[in-house]
Amino acid sequence: MIDALLHYPFMQRALVAGILAAVACGIIGTYVVVKRMVFISGGISHASFGGIGLGYYLTQYISWMTPVYGALIFTLFSALGMGTFIRKTRLSEDTTIGIMWAVGMALGIIFIGLTPGYTPDLFSYLFGSILTVTTSDLIMMAILDVIIIAIVLSLYKELLAISFDQEFGTSLGLPTQRLYLILLCLIALTVVLLIRVVGIILIIALLTIPAATARQHTHNLTKMMLLSIVFGIVAVLGGLWISYELDLASGATIILLSAAVFAASTVFTSLRHRNRKQSEKTPAD
Amino acid sequence: MVEEVVKLSDVWVQYDGTPVLEDINLSIRRDDFLGLIGPNGGGKTTLLKLMLGLVAPSRGEVSIMGMSPEKGRKHIGYVPQHSLFDRDFPINVIEVVLTGRLSHTKPFHWYSKADREAAVEALRAVEMLDFKKRQIGMLSGGQQQRVFVARALVSEPRLLLLDEPMSSVDTPMQAEFYELLERLKQRMPIVLVSHDISAVSVYVDKIACLNRKLYYHESKELTPEDLEAAYHCPIQMIAHGVPHRVLKEHTHE
Repeated sequence: MIDALLHYPFMQRALVAGILAAVACGIIGTYVVVKRMVFISGGISHASFGGIGLGYYLTQYISWMTPVYGALIFTLFSALGMGTFIRKTRLSEDTTIGIMWAVGMALGIIFIGLTPGYTPDLFSYLFGSILTVTTSDLIMMAILDVIIIAIVLSLYKELLAISFDQEFGTSLGLPTQRLYLILLCLIALTVVLLIRVVGIILIIALLTIPAATARQHTHNLTKMMLLSIVFGIVAVLGGLWISYELDLASGATIILLSAAVFAASTVFTSLRHRNRKQSEKTPAD
Repeated sequence: MVEEVVKLSDVWVQYDGTPVLEDINLSIRRDDFLGLIGPNGGGKTTLLKLMLGLVAPSRGEVSIMGMSPEKGRKHIGYVPQHSLFDRDFPINVIEVVLTGRLSHTKPFHWYSKADREAAVEALRAVEMLDFKKRQIGMLSGGQQQRVFVARALVSEPRLLLLDEPMSSVDTPMQAEFYELLERLKQRMPIVLVSHDISAVSVYVDKIACLNRKLYYHESKELTPEDLEAAYHCPIQMIAHGVPHRVLKEHTHE
């Protein structure tokens, strides 16, 4: 793979894309895991398919439109919509998410059906295609990373407070609902950033597995973010390498590798716990 | 003159047309240590949320130190009921306490030196300073509750509200926790919500009983009629657990 990296620009772009994706999913995945927003993140990422479809449809009318721009706009609105509906309606949270998840995907299918001609790279949005990432994709991913980092740095203590104890935050007069919506928008941006890397269907894995692995090794939110970026990079670059060597689908290989790392980390953590318990039982004197 | 820290006049609260609180009149003064008892679902937490401006009255007026609850709440330290908090959450004790400063800080800024000093001071007040780097879930229920009191104290409040603080504290540690409240009461008025009449009545100075309506005589006494009206059951059934002074014969003056 080193050889390929030196010779093929598409491999270099894939490498950069992997790192940019790991940064976003490490930071935002940490919030998804500690604030238990896995299901709503699944909803936001699947609903983004509606945006892909909208993007395809609008390319006939708007020259700068692409499926990814369509996804960016649509996903931000659907995240805000879900966050608002959950609060405003009497339906339970998971029902609301389930409905919007399905509506988003259905809209995507309808828009694609209405688009004349053939949509050749549709599958790359569903299952990812890190090897076809373009330079303009990379620029957009870098911009989204910068936006995500800037917002998290500015609101770090507020986001920590509402993640730990939303009700107490409200009692302090914090705008907890607005902060929650900001968090959902950050998830939406991360989803868009990850679409090209692992595809809509597998995004939820990269939002949860690296952060869940990191959580086993630290009790500090910042360290958890940094560690899950590391686990994310290991998964994306390692998965890319394995998929290149064995000629497998890159997105799926990335996810399976990150799950394997999580499994190894779980075994390691439980062994460490058992050793600690044993050494407590037989104190060295 | 004794300053009124909280004043509720003719307050009604409804959820979807169902009255939760009816015609509440309550004054809390600067040196009060008030125990608020009553059956589950009687509106105790709603009454606290009313003071914090988290629930709006459908009628009547709530005033916190002469201000609206939205403005006054930054002078209130609040210890919410804590059954649902995630023990695995990656946060340590001092970080939890610092979140109590967020009513004083600005977004886009880190915590200041004054914030950190206030957090250390609050942890010292609840005797938890030695645990400041510990992850919150590794503490016992009683220790966690002390940390949540510190989080309420860190904003230097002029009123302390505690919602069922004993529910997560082991029985042997409860006396110690009450001693902490005894000390804090020198500094600010306290409202302690509990469903455990007998424990509360030993420590607080005044008792009110709430079940939609408030039964309160600005004293530690409740009449058997009050309790019967509030709990909707014959008084003998609960009289065993209640120390005599709570049930002392009430005479209308």
